[in-house]
Amino acid sequence: MILTANNLSVSRGGVTLLENVSFTLSEGQALIIRGPNGLGKTTLLRTVSGLQPVEEGSVEGEENIAYAGHADGLKATLTVTENLRFWAAIFGTSDIEPALEGFDLIQLRDRLAGNLSAGQKRRLGLARLMVTGRKLWVLDEPTVSLDTASVALFADAVRRHLASGGAALMATHIDLGIPEAEVLDLSQLKVTAPKLSQSDEAFL
Amino acid sequence: MIALLIRDLRLAVRAGGGFGLGLSFFLIVTVLVPFGVGPETGLLAKIAPGILWIGALLSCLLSLDRIFALDFEDGSLDLLATAPVPLEGAVLVKAIAHWLTSALPLVVAAPLLGILLSLPAEGFRWVFVSLLLGTPALSVIGTFGAALTVGIKRGGLLLSLLVLPLYVPTLIFGAEVARRGAEGLAVETPLMLLAGISLGALAFLPFAAAAVLRMNLR
Repeated sequence: MILTANNLSVSRGGVTLLENVSFTLSEGQALIIRGPNGLGKTTLLRTVSGLQPVEEGSVEGEENIAYAGHADGLKATLTVTENLRFWAAIFGTSDIEPALEGFDLIQLRDRLAGNLSAGQKRRLGLARLMVTGRKLWVLDEPTVSLDTASVALFADAVRRHLASGGAALMATHIDLGIPEAEVLDLSQLKVTAPKLSQSDEAFL
Repeated sequence: MIALLIRDLRLAVRAGGGFGLGLSFFLIVTVLVPFGVGPETGLLAKIAPGILWIGALLSCLLSLDRIFALDFEDGSLDLLATAPVPLEGAVLVKAIAHWLTSALPLVVAAPLLGILLSLPAEGFRWVFVSLLLGTPALSVIGTFGAALTVGIKRGGLLLSLLVLPLYVPTLIFGAEVARRGAEGLAVETPLMLLAGISLGALAFLPFAAAAVLRMNLR
């Protein structure tokens, strides 16, 4: 078992968004989170990644997570390779070639990240996941601004990651073409009467 | 950690990195002061250590909001917080990068600019030494302020208001070392207090800054 969430409640800005979220994620498994905008998908992913405190319930398992949010964490004045090398060094790995290859970035390797298109930037942001060497990928709308070919590249990367014993937790609105992935629809778990979160943000 | 330092230094010297902004501000201030106060060398020599210190302090302040704001906007800060490097260490590295790119050039330039303010010969060494010992405190305190205001749009004003009072002790003892040195008096006491402030700030503030960063990332 890589990750287990038990009756998890998450809150953002002092308002509880989701209640009683439970799921398990084991090796080689992908879980896709669905739900309308504003439901709390991003908050759930940030909570699982440890960026936000758990309101109620618990998250157990893998703490070494590779998180990819809405922003790619790229520096416009560094080249594609410099950006990737930096993240590889931070995560203690060194081989960036498979990542460049996996996301078709070989041609762009010496370009400044600032000169890339939105889709190319996203591809570079996702390539970063491959240099982290971490087992659990937590992805927040990974396919935004990707074309169909790039979505396929991404789906391949996820499949390879799963095949090597990894796991992925994703929030997305489109069909990724990963049939083996399970789907968790959060629409039912929405907090109907918005209540104020009990925890005082300043003291957590 | 080293990778983060190298990246920050590289970003600072690339186009738009803001390297040299503080230095040029420092240059402008010290060049303008003699025009404002008049060319009387006795008066200039008397105020030179203080002017150099105030100039260096304000120049440091200029680049503080860049320490975390850019990383926050492009998402790097979220990723760093989930990376295997401890956030306290990352904060310290950021402060060191700020010192190397913003403060160290000022330390080197200050004695040269002392000539413009007819700083007495004795003073050059002590202006250099006091800035070398005092600017690390300015960078670390500033990093803490930047961590407090990260995520606030146009937080520069708030940052300055928060940080300036914290800068006062460093300024008092730093300028005192430089003034006493220039006048040929004993400098030991203010020098030790200045070094104490720097060491204390280096030891405690990275932890405080990392704690407020975690809170601001929520």
